[in-house]
Amino acid sequence: MSTPMLQRGWVEAELAEEFPHLALRQMVVPARPGRSPRLVKERLRTMSDRFTGGRAVNLRQQPIPWAYRVFFRQIGIDPDDHRTPVEGLALERMFHGGFKSQGLPHDAVVIATVETGVALMALDADRVTGALGVRLARDDERLGTGGKRLEPRQMVVADDSGVVAVLFGDCAPEREVAAHTRSVLLAAVQVKGVPEVSVEEAMWTAAETLQGAVTGAS
Amino acid sequence: MVRGGALLEGTPPLELYARGATTPLAPVEVDERAARQSLRDQIARLESELASLFCSTFPRQGFDWAVPARGGPKVLSLLELEQVRDQLLVRLDDNRRVLSEQTQVEQDNRCLIEEMMLDPARYKWQRVGNSDIGEPGCKHWHVTPRWGVLGMLMNWWRVKISSGCPLAGGRSRTLRPRSHS
Repeated sequence: MSTPMLQRGWVEAELAEEFPHLALRQMVVPARPGRSPRLVKERLRTMSDRFTGGRAVNLRQQPIPWAYRVFFRQIGIDPDDHRTPVEGLALERMFHGGFKSQGLPHDAVVIATVETGVALMALDADRVTGALGVRLARDDERLGTGGKRLEPRQMVVADDSGVVAVLFGDCAPEREVAAHTRSVLLAAVQVKGVPEVSVEEAMWTAAETLQGAVTGAS
Repeated sequence: MVRGGALLEGTPPLELYARGATTPLAPVEVDERAARQSLRDQIARLESELASLFCSTFPRQGFDWAVPARGGPKVLSLLELEQVRDQLLVRLDDNRRVLSEQTQVEQDNRCLIEEMMLDPARYKWQRVGNSDIGEPGCKHWHVTPRWGVLGMLMNWWRVKISSGCPLAGGRSRTLRPRSHS
């Protein structure tokens, strides 16, 4: 199996001027969706045991979750209302008493996000044309084909053919991983305060979990 | 008075001055990016202090942490960033004040526990819980009479300290052997 390549996405000039540290990293991993193997489920259970209430309360004081909270405030999102990815997972952990397995690639993204704090998303690689990037929505633009109308100048993740997802928000349904997916595109949004090495660690953790599941190694 | 760039083009400045002409000013574009960046840095600092305060207040109740969203994700204007900054500042001040008031009450309650232990008869039926001193759990100190009614009549009082809630154990599935009589 070929080794996936970590690639850098683009950021629109206007956004890059406002947020010089905003970046998007992506990687295509040949993997199909499905049930998680036993070892992935065990890893989720171990993570659940390690992730205590005290850690959840102190999460916002840790550098990477804090960096995402700050970025949320700076772009007009209330992180106590619309949770950052890692805080959202922490809340689910508290509600359900553990990280519940929901199959791949969801479990791979959960493991990588909880381990590193970096915000990740998984898309169907065959439904994305060209490189992914972050830009402002144009007038009368919609999420995917025929999806909801976007606010003008809303921050979105897009490819050559249109808007793929709202930044830290909804994803176009036709771009999401589905039963017919043959390769998964992992994307990480990097903001000020999130080190490069953490983003790479998150991407490789998710990729290895997905690839391990394919080869049966994990 | 002469106005307009086209009329003034090519006219010597001294002549223009003599005619009382006003030179049209080029529109000035104010670059607000530096101001926005400064506000973003202030928001980051305030969020850091708010996060620290949030952890200090746990497990106390009665705090309001809400700072309303601004319809994001989008690039906020100078005014919107100022509003976010100001609201964070208000939340920080309010919650610091509430925490200060609560910790004062908690300190008073700790003193009360000490006095209850020293002289229980003076604090008959007084009860102080962990939540009253800002601690997690449901342990409490309760002044009760020793030996019930007799203790009440004889004025024998003591402080009973509960050990808190029992640990969650779940239902036991082991079957007990029946005793044969």
